[in-house]
Amino acid sequence: MATVHKVIDPITRIEGHLRIEAVIDEGTNEIVDAYCSSTMFRGIETILKGRDPRDCGLIAMRICGVCTVTHYQRSIEAVEHAFNVQIPKNARIMRNLIQGALFMHDHLVHYYHLHSLDWVDIISALDANPAESLKEAQKWADVAGVSPWNSDEKVFADMQNKLKNFVNKGRYGIFGNGYWGNASYKLTPAQNLLAITHYFQALEIQKDLGQMIAIVGGKDPHPQSLVVGGITSIRDIQDPARMKMFKDLAIKVRGFVKGAYLTDMYMLASAYADEMKAGVGAGVKNFMVHGGFPLEDGNITEVKKLFVGGVVYDGDVTRVEEFNPEMVTEDVTHAWYDSNNLEKPYDGTTIPKYTGFKEKIDNVAYLDTDNKYSWIKAPLYNDTRVEVGPLARMVVGYAKNDNRIKGYVDNFLSRAKMELKDLYSSAGRTIARAIESEIVSDVITDWVDELSANISSSDTATWSSFSFDTLSKNAQGYGIEEAPRGTLGHWIKIENGVVTNYQTVVPSTWNAGPRDYKGRMGAYEKSLIGLKVSNIDEPLEILRTIHSFDPCIACAVHIVDTKGKDLGSFKINHNNNR
Amino acid sequence: MSDLEYRKKVYSSLATINTNKGESYYRKLLSKCQKRIDKLKKRPAFNNENYMQTLGEEGYNRRDFIKWVSATTAALMLPGSFEPLVAQTIEVINRVPVIWVNFQDCAGNSEALLRADAPTVDELILDIISLEFHELLMAPSGDAAETQLEDAMREFKGDYLLFVEGSIPLAENGVYGTIGASGETYVDHLKRVAADAAAIVAVGTCATFGGVPAAAPNPTGATGVMSIIKDKPIINIPACPANPANMLGVILMYAMSGEIPELDALKRPLFAFGRRIHDACERRVHFDAGNFVEAWGDEGAKLGYCLYKMGCKGPVTFNNCPTTKFNKGASWPVAAGHGCIGCSEPGFFDKFQRFEAPTPYNKSNNPAADPISDIPFISTVGLI
Repeated sequence: MATVHKVIDPITRIEGHLRIEAVIDEGTNEIVDAYCSSTMFRGIETILKGRDPRDCGLIAMRICGVCTVTHYQRSIEAVEHAFNVQIPKNARIMRNLIQGALFMHDHLVHYYHLHSLDWVDIISALDANPAESLKEAQKWADVAGVSPWNSDEKVFADMQNKLKNFVNKGRYGIFGNGYWGNASYKLTPAQNLLAITHYFQALEIQKDLGQMIAIVGGKDPHPQSLVVGGITSIRDIQDPARMKMFKDLAIKVRGFVKGAYLTDMYMLASAYADEMKAGVGAGVKNFMVHGGFPLEDGNITEVKKLFVGGVVYDGDVTRVEEFNPEMVTEDVTHAWYDSNNLEKPYDGTTIPKYTGFKEKIDNVAYLDTDNKYSWIKAPLYNDTRVEVGPLARMVVGYAKNDNRIKGYVDNFLSRAKMELKDLYSSAGRTIARAIESEIVSDVITDWVDELSANISSSDTATWSSFSFDTLSKNAQGYGIEEAPRGTLGHWIKIENGVVTNYQTVVPSTWNAGPRDYKGRMGAYEKSLIGLKVSNIDEPLEILRTIHSFDPCIACAVHIVDTKGKDLGSFKINHNNNR
Repeated sequence: MSDLEYRKKVYSSLATINTNKGESYYRKLLSKCQKRIDKLKKRPAFNNENYMQTLGEEGYNRRDFIKWVSATTAALMLPGSFEPLVAQTIEVINRVPVIWVNFQDCAGNSEALLRADAPTVDELILDIISLEFHELLMAPSGDAAETQLEDAMREFKGDYLLFVEGSIPLAENGVYGTIGASGETYVDHLKRVAADAAAIVAVGTCATFGGVPAAAPNPTGATGVMSIIKDKPIINIPACPANPANMLGVILMYAMSGEIPELDALKRPLFAFGRRIHDACERRVHFDAGNFVEAWGDEGAKLGYCLYKMGCKGPVTFNNCPTTKFNKGASWPVAAGHGCIGCSEPGFFDKFQRFEAPTPYNKSNNPAADPISDIPFISTVGLI
């Protein structure tokens, strides 16, 4: 078997810095081996040590500018958990509003601007008949049982003209050097024009979502209205005009999610039905969810949530376990850290041990895949590799018989003439993200109403006071919730008013981790095995599969030291080929 | 002197910025810009579209356009006589090629660029500049992406604006960040891509001053662009993230004059960073009257009182947030009831830590007074 070892670096259209190496059989064009590596490291957890716990949210948020506010809130929740502070109802709902807008923002930008060019051939759209695109829009809206976002042929004609002008420039800008014309682009020209029209319209909609976050958060990215104990934007939620503005934007976004995003998913499910049925890009099929979006006031770890927690193994929804944080361990056999044991997050060590690339041939550097090859650790749940994220949330919700989640998923599956197991695929992962967006788009306006009603009933509390000096003498806590890409946890230890240890375990760590101590693959790597590429020189199918997870790599790379080791004395191992 | 009197004394004088440089200065600049635009117009266009027509197709009418031109001219602190030039610049700006690279970043500035909004025509212009390379948005990956970069660097040699997002790790020979099939370190990559740039725009506090990764103890030896590249014009647009309106202002100024805008000692454009947050703050009247929020969610918070006692760094932070705002003008942090955290100042995570505590006035908390050599690229500020 002759194979070729392909290096894809940088993987673009993701947050962060990622490299994929794939070994492809030159006879069958099938991927027989794959390695995933993160190539950037910052050490934010080290930076958090020694600081005022109330500052941590503002710094931890900077782990990521895409899922920005989710780290902000987790960090603040970890401190609130450590201090046993329960936030007021207004603060809970307002945080849900920000997170809800973030989920939709993240999912929309992910699909349209970071992922859709893996499915949509922009150049093919130039050949479309705009009248046919309008028919396609109506066709898939009918399947979905909604009105299409665009019901005027002129929209598609104008879009096509704009594209033609753009192409006539001779420079394609961000569309330059794409894989246009690749055989695995399956949409028709009219469908491509429809999808690319949505790509540009989504640019406007994502700004509306940014504005929603700013209305209660001050700005986006990196909002600034959450504090330990509650929120600061009391004036915004007391102003009915601001709340109406939020709700009006939410209704507009919902129209796009249902009339464009979901209809595009029905179109995708139809074009790529064979691949979905064949489970192309399925990965590990073990799904883990902690649970997210508290729907009631009270202890955040106990109240009812929008997304239910649980663990499903091997895609078998007839069996579901409760999530147990004690089952989480981390392994660094193949990560650039020094440790020999499986470690639980609270007791974990992280000592960077960069060993570099294995060798460089013809100016291409290759990862040392037998040894260490990534800045991402390999987390395990119950000694198993798991996937987290929207697909996991939909599958676990389904397995748990959650009425809301099951209702939305079944609605999609029946209209698309699909089965649940068909979602165990790259396209299915992408569709699950859209279904989840639809759920959030429906509930978020209820939350606005709930908040307005509470304010009208004269409850204007937005902050719970606490005695920092007393509580911060010796405390520890965690904030675990669902981020757009999956389960996200922050752990904090506090002594004498300052942070002594800080740790995050983030979604992309679960999904993008390298091999573990038993040589088992993580979700990204596993999903690539057996994948067939149309053209060995164009990694389109690889990108499509990796992008279906929505990589957020700056998040995934972090450094943990919960034992108070002096991280100022990093030892970098130079026994390498660099 | 009472506490309030003291605060008033040290925080109340406006930062000085020269907004009127005299008629002859502007006449010279005007004529220079006109020549530059005439030259740009003669350059082989790789974009044949008529800008006003595009605006028309997008639903922007002439009046909106003129309104936007007026606003931009004012934002750049130019007199009204520059308005026709700004309008002409917008017609030729799509010939300014831009290469955007990411290092130790969180993509927050790229995300901010996506939200470019106020007014809405901004992002349209950003759409039609030639964005030759941008990792977050570009279609190709791997080899094809590297080819695209090489091609743009060759095609626009000496002409492109290089935008840099994220800090650059220098510790351990730069191993904390590599890019490309060859495993090139970020520092080598930056030097290579910078070599043929017309100018470099460092966006966000990480690329300008090291930002979060450079905060103590700076585990990776992270630093900003200007401590590595010494032989190119550099414009710093700090803030976390940088305001997209300021990114556009710099591009426009460069297109119009062929030069970088006037900068302060930290290489920040004066049109955006000439005044303190405090000088234009909507809550300033409460500072002067001595009305302060004393605890989150108190009556003062509901009334929109001054956030100084809750740790606002507005008095020592230079930026235009109060006037430019964010997300279609929806809000800004102080309007959301949270003090400014000083995110556009060097070393802010260390200097201003304990964000909820009032900022004492002393030299170390007044970055505007820092000579450039004192910026803690490799953080020297110990934790309290």
